[in-house]
Amino acid sequence: MKRFMIPLGIFIVLVIFLGIGLKLDPREVPSPLIGKPAPAFSLALLSDPARQLSPAELRGKVWLFNVWASWCASCRQEHDVLLDLSKKGIVPIYGMDYKDQPADAQAVLNSYGNPYTETVVDRDGRAGINYGVYGVPETYLIDKNGIIRMKHTGPVTPEVLERKILPLVKELQQ
Amino acid sequence: MRLNIKPALRAGMVALVLWLPLAAIAGEAVPVAQDPVLEQRMIALSEDLRCLVCQNESLAGSRADLAQDLRQEIREQMRAGKSDKEVVSYLTQRYGDFVLYKPPLKPLTWLLWFGPFALLIGAAGGFYFYLKRRGTRLASETLSAEEKQRVEALLGSNGNES
Amino acid sequence: MIPELGHFSLILALLLALVQGVLPLVGAARNNAAWMAVARPAARAQFLFVAIAFGALAYSFLSGDFSVVNVTRNSHSRLPEIYRLTATWGSHEGSMLLWTFILGLWTVAVTLFSRHLPEDMLARVVGVMGLVSFGFLLFMLATSNPFLRMPMAMDGSDLNPLLQDPGMVVHPPILYMGYVGFSVAFAFAITALLSGKLDASWARWSRPWTTAAWSFLTIGIMMGSWWAYYELGWGGWWFWDPVENASLMPWLVGTALIHSLAVTEKRGSFKAWTVFLAIGAFSLSLLGTFLVRSGVLSSVHSFATDPTRGLFILIFLAVVIGGSLLLFAMRASQVGLGGRFALISRESFLLVNNILLLTATGSVLLGTLYPLFLDALGLGKISVGPPYFNSVFVPLVTPLIFLAGIGPLARWKQVNVPELANRLKWGFGASVVAALLLPFTQGDWQPLVSLGCLLSLWIAVTVAISVRARLRSSSGWSANFYGMNLAHLGVAVTVIGVTMVSSYQTERNMRMAVGDTVTLQGYTFRFGGVEDIVGPNYKGSRGTLEVSRNGKPVSTMYPEKRIYVASGMPFTESAIDYGLTRDLYTALGESLDGGAWSVRLFHKPFVVWIWIGAVLMALGGFMAITDRRYRASRKQGRAAA
Repeated sequence: MKRFMIPLGIFIVLVIFLGIGLKLDPREVPSPLIGKPAPAFSLALLSDPARQLSPAELRGKVWLFNVWASWCASCRQEHDVLLDLSKKGIVPIYGMDYKDQPADAQAVLNSYGNPYTETVVDRDGRAGINYGVYGVPETYLIDKNGIIRMKHTGPVTPEVLERKILPLVKELQQ
Repeated sequence: MRLNIKPALRAGMVALVLWLPLAAIAGEAVPVAQDPVLEQRMIALSEDLRCLVCQNESLAGSRADLAQDLRQEIREQMRAGKSDKEVVSYLTQRYGDFVLYKPPLKPLTWLLWFGPFALLIGAAGGFYFYLKRRGTRLASETLSAEEKQRVEALLGSNGNES
Repeated sequence: MIPELGHFSLILALLLALVQGVLPLVGAARNNAAWMAVARPAARAQFLFVAIAFGALAYSFLSGDFSVVNVTRNSHSRLPEIYRLTATWGSHEGSMLLWTFILGLWTVAVTLFSRHLPEDMLARVVGVMGLVSFGFLLFMLATSNPFLRMPMAMDGSDLNPLLQDPGMVVHPPILYMGYVGFSVAFAFAITALLSGKLDASWARWSRPWTTAAWSFLTIGIMMGSWWAYYELGWGGWWFWDPVENASLMPWLVGTALIHSLAVTEKRGSFKAWTVFLAIGAFSLSLLGTFLVRSGVLSSVHSFATDPTRGLFILIFLAVVIGGSLLLFAMRASQVGLGGRFALISRESFLLVNNILLLTATGSVLLGTLYPLFLDALGLGKISVGPPYFNSVFVPLVTPLIFLAGIGPLARWKQVNVPELANRLKWGFGASVVAALLLPFTQGDWQPLVSLGCLLSLWIAVTVAISVRARLRSSSGWSANFYGMNLAHLGVAVTVIGVTMVSSYQTERNMRMAVGDTVTLQGYTFRFGGVEDIVGPNYKGSRGTLEVSRNGKPVSTMYPEKRIYVASGMPFTESAIDYGLTRDLYTALGESLDGGAWSVRLFHKPFVVWIWIGAVLMALGGFMAITDRRYRASRKQGRAAA
């Protein structure tokens, strides 16, 4: 009798897992870089190609690092959210224009507004690989010591901003 | 003078070789990769790596942009003399174990790797003891069950075909 | 109008399925003949209305009625007619309708070929199938109505280009014939548990149905593998993708079921086990549907998915499978033991076969769901891919195939070991010698190639011994016997294909300008350039490759690259020159500077054997169904009635 209960038991466990699985996104890849120093780069600025920026210069402040591109349709979705955030001045946003033509990127900023303190240009996507970028837009939160504390893949929605990003920003800024 | 001819000839040959693929002159096709041996090694490695942006494709098979970039990255690292292991750890540092189609053996994957063989041994052992017990139970059952079997076998078809 | 007719038919079918599911089951429990008699007409009427709905959907697609959401999403005004038919089941909604349609088909088949069945048994079988059908119809009407209308009509977004292929016209229906066909075995198993009647005649009745479903599933999987080979790019034939695994698991359990049914029928043993496998095969079909449709796993083949649908199927799954397993747990111990057999006997061999098949199924399930388990527990994300499955699957299948050689020659009850060894020793020796030498004909010697050849030859030799003994004996024609041997021979053929193509495939990725040549395994490919082509719903480029061998022309191949108008996505259409001992496979890559193109060329030895073997297995199955025994029992049944 007990023996014949085994399949039912296994099946119940399976159903519980499948039920949890329905809420999960199989395609979202958690970043192994969280808690690790933000990878170094030294990339030209979109606003002034002669100047370069590296994360080391941002030591001492909490900043958002947003990877975007002019060819990325869902980046347009988060654009207004980021603009709003930058107007509030809570946290500086640095952008990385990923695998893009600088002129196209500049055109986007000109016509839709510029939420970024500065944007660096990653023409060949090498810096992106170092950050483990796999789908733009992606947003990283980096603390005063240059450690990555959070990564969000996909457009930043007001909800993600309120629930996930801003509380952590406040905590880190203290 | 003789000394001057050789470089000129060589230059001419280099020009010819460079020019050949551009022209529609029949010849032996050349591999797309500059270094076919390294390319083979890159493909072999990237077959066991997962393309992150795709649904479920290997890095070798994917046409996605990121997959091409990562293949290029692997190629360059191999050219720089990195071992397969170093290349793989470069990728897992950035993308995590998710990129590996062959999950590494660690406590979290013990069930995955040893599960099938534990299952086999468990099932084989379980059935062995079940059969032994079954034998003794059958022996203790009354003869009528045996007879019923025989009747059934006679009513059915002949004995030894499957 | 037509879509509304389809929608209305689905609602009627839902009500009829409820009648079909409830009345006969209650009637059988109360021994009420009138209620039991409802089974046949209700099942047939239900099927009629599902068929009308199916026809209405097909009509909406064929006529290009873009006011239907489903048509808009999966068709296009310039989609060729044949693919409009494919699009009918290319969408989620359509494929669920196909599922239900085929379930109805099987139910009607049961009502037609069931004159020999006791009335209460038929009522229960049809009733159980009615309940399953009710679940699917409810699912469709609640979450996936294929007949929803658009507020305004516009042109469609086209069928996924991967599905725009003649193979996709027949592949899903045949695959579903297999998947859904296991519902008959399932219904018989539930009937046995409900009635407590589980004897040899029960096994004999459910055996042909199981074999038929298994044969369809074999063909379905084979076509899917072949489709992946020519359509998905680089000529891989099995990717261990979740969707493929979803079809492989019921196939493996179905294979175990066929073998254990043989024991139950012949010797009356393994009854509870056989019932469990019958529940298992259909449960895994349902689980497969859930995995494909819910989006819990990411797959190359997963197209549109939706979590609310996933929740519905999961609840349905929990009710159907959970209920069945509970019933099994309550009733299985009363089933009885059956005949006695020694530790070394055909029964034991078949039991080991079952253990290996079930372990293989368990491994595939574990590997497929392990990433989900870890993720659900918050332990991180991993991927489980081909390297895992290959390293686990091969060691399990090797002894299984070896046993397939011995099993059919072993006697029931008890094997006379010295006698069996004596019969097999020459065959075994010859197989070993040939297997060691054969790889040299293809190139370098590799241990795995020898192993593959050994398994294959071993089966071929034992089949020959078996058939020879049969011909010499006085026993006459037995479709069952020859069907089994044909199916086993199919395994041998598939093993050769898998072994050869995995070990000796050669591949080149070349830069080719017009007139350039490449030589691969003695075949010379000459590039004739690329021309622009315009298809009905795509534009593209077509390359020409003239293939010759020793100066003699072999074939001209036209690999294509297409860009579909509606989606704008590029697709590679490979060109294949099929052959019994090798396939030549070419694909057009990128356009390079200077008018050259990158071209990928493959030489794939014996690859078609993989699918020929699968066809032989299925033919063996279909042959076994024609066995006189199944018809004879019908006559007996009629005489008794």
